[in-house]
Amino acid sequence: MSRLVVRNGRIIDPAHNLDRICDLAIEDGIIAAIGNDLASNASEEFDASGAIVSPGFIDMHVHLREPGFEHSETIETGSRAAAAGGFTSVCCMPNTLPINDSATVTSYIVDRARRSAVVNVFPIGAITKGSTGEELSAIASMKEAGIVAISDDGRPVMNARLVRRAMEFARSLDLPLIQHCEDVDLSAGGDMHEGLESIRLGLRGISSCSEDVMVARDIILAEVTGARYHVAHISSRRSIELVGDAKERGSNVTAEATPHHFSLADADMLPYDSAYKMKPPLREHRDVESVRNGVADGTIDAIATDHAPHPGDEKMQEFERCPFGIIGLETALALSLEQLYHAGRVNLAHLVRLFTSNPARILSLNRGTLQVGAPGDVTIFGLDHEWVYEAEKSASKSRNTPFSGRLFRGGPLATVVAGRIVWQFNR
Amino acid sequence: MSSLLDIESLTRHNIEAILARSAQFQPSPGGTFPRLDALRGRTVVNLFFESSTRTRISFEIATKRMGADSVSITAAGSSVAKGESLMDTLNTLSAMRPDAIVMRHSASGAPHFLSRYLPIPIVNAGDGTHEHPTQALLDALTILDRFGRLEGLRVAIIGDILHSRVARSNVHLLSKFGATVVLCGPAPLVPAEMAQIAPGVEIANAIEAAIRDADVIMMLRVQLERLHEPPVSANEYFRFFGLRPEHIELAKPHVIVMHPGPMNRGREISSEVADSQRSAILNQVENGVAVRMAVLERVFSQ
Repeated sequence: MSRLVVRNGRIIDPAHNLDRICDLAIEDGIIAAIGNDLASNASEEFDASGAIVSPGFIDMHVHLREPGFEHSETIETGSRAAAAGGFTSVCCMPNTLPINDSATVTSYIVDRARRSAVVNVFPIGAITKGSTGEELSAIASMKEAGIVAISDDGRPVMNARLVRRAMEFARSLDLPLIQHCEDVDLSAGGDMHEGLESIRLGLRGISSCSEDVMVARDIILAEVTGARYHVAHISSRRSIELVGDAKERGSNVTAEATPHHFSLADADMLPYDSAYKMKPPLREHRDVESVRNGVADGTIDAIATDHAPHPGDEKMQEFERCPFGIIGLETALALSLEQLYHAGRVNLAHLVRLFTSNPARILSLNRGTLQVGAPGDVTIFGLDHEWVYEAEKSASKSRNTPFSGRLFRGGPLATVVAGRIVWQFNR
Repeated sequence: MSSLLDIESLTRHNIEAILARSAQFQPSPGGTFPRLDALRGRTVVNLFFESSTRTRISFEIATKRMGADSVSITAAGSSVAKGESLMDTLNTLSAMRPDAIVMRHSASGAPHFLSRYLPIPIVNAGDGTHEHPTQALLDALTILDRFGRLEGLRVAIIGDILHSRVARSNVHLLSKFGATVVLCGPAPLVPAEMAQIAPGVEIANAIEAAIRDADVIMMLRVQLERLHEPPVSANEYFRFFGLRPEHIELAKPHVIVMHPGPMNRGREISSEVADSQRSAILNQVENGVAVRMAVLERVFSQ
């Protein structure tokens, strides 16, 4: 029997309204007990005095690049970056090579994760074959093989009829459909948010309306089909309003936001620095404010990173030639503390919910809680210790982030997966 | 030594200094440019990743008139055509220790990106749809030749504003000197945000409104190579945004007509106007050499 006791932490489990300072014991990978002065016949102990002990964080949106792009990231290195960010579970998007559009690829990812990952990896299957938007993929077979959602992330499905059919399947299989909302005709050729900054820099724009029209279309289709519909990395003010309205009508609509979209605006970017280039692009200050408010008022359900590794040589080019995306696993909690908790926008229970029980609910994962009998995944984090993020030391294979060198207040201290400490903060 | 990447980041004082020095390099009527020794022993690489005739030749002549050696490289036939990255190309060139690089590139911000990593000064000879700083300087010198001032002038810029680096550089420069700039063109090519990038910028829907009481009319080339979806046909364009003799009547009597070249006669400007007394187009070309001499001198003087 293996046993880990986490001592004297402030245990926060929003799913059960728990917030108390005591011990937590995990036995054989399962939460065994929460209480004062738990027996010390432990094989391992962790002193969490002064720290928060939370259910293991779930990142419902990452790119692990394996199979096919192992020079950018592997399931192993991505999982290590996840652990360093306090995440015990990640959901990987299907845009690998080959695309995860069949049970074979899903099984390969599940198997590689079992062998090499230090955190739980849940694959997301493609909506359409090859994510080309033409023909539905083998969704039911992929579900048997282990996918937890479907999405053509990065290649939004433009054909509304196909989205409707996919939603019908998704509903019957009880899978959420996750959409990267971008009308690619409206955004074609764009490299940054369309607005004063793009005009000033002479870069082609990606308008907010390219996001908004797809969010609006999909909400209508979700209401017609009854499917669970989730908006990935929501970034524009209007899209957040649309999701808020749908929720008020009682629709099955949820949304996630990335830390960069509530931390940075287009005007904050260093001119022509590709560390600031991603989709959706950094938008205007008023959009950033809307994302913060949406997270605070519950319109936005989850924080997800859209961790998108790219090797240095691909990001060291003319801005318009650089690929989209930044890494984000290791800075997500610290940015959330900075922008949301320390800024007084959300309380701790709410913050924890955004990383745990909410994504678990959206994906129907039996996780995101510290209830006795639940999987022994725990994230231990501090609120006030100062540290500087150094991308050069990242566990990820890639370094594409605008946050290198940033001084943070609070962040992950230890990550426990199935009762095993897989990462610890090194002062 | 300092790079010249754009007009936006220069102060009015910086620009005045360059223009004053440029005026000293202007040839006397019928004469030629002075031949100087100021930059003897220096090597300037003209790196043109995008085709250009007048800007490249203008820089080459300016370099030689300043006594420096120049080497010109065009992208076609170079290692760029073989798939080398911009960074590698520039690192390779840097290893040969030129003293400055004059660069034209189709990507906005390419010189800004490089200047963060290279120790060699870079002169931007046009980057994508961003800026073309020496063009705005030579345009300013041309306007000063006629009016003696920029302040208070009304300058109409007509054409594809969205894709024009000439427009952006001119807007920044003229705004810093207190001129009023009126932008006009087909609506999809004149984004409303252009009116906010600098003070004193207005947008007009019709060419007649833009030209009324103008002191200067700058026509822009229709950049077919950057238009992913031509918003109007050639015929429609000339009818509504082409500059014709009857338009000149609306402007101030002393109005001058400018064009950064190359012109598409019958597309954005009629031959009658291009060849008229009002045209300052060849003065612009002449001033290009003087301005670039001053810019090169500045690169090495700090």
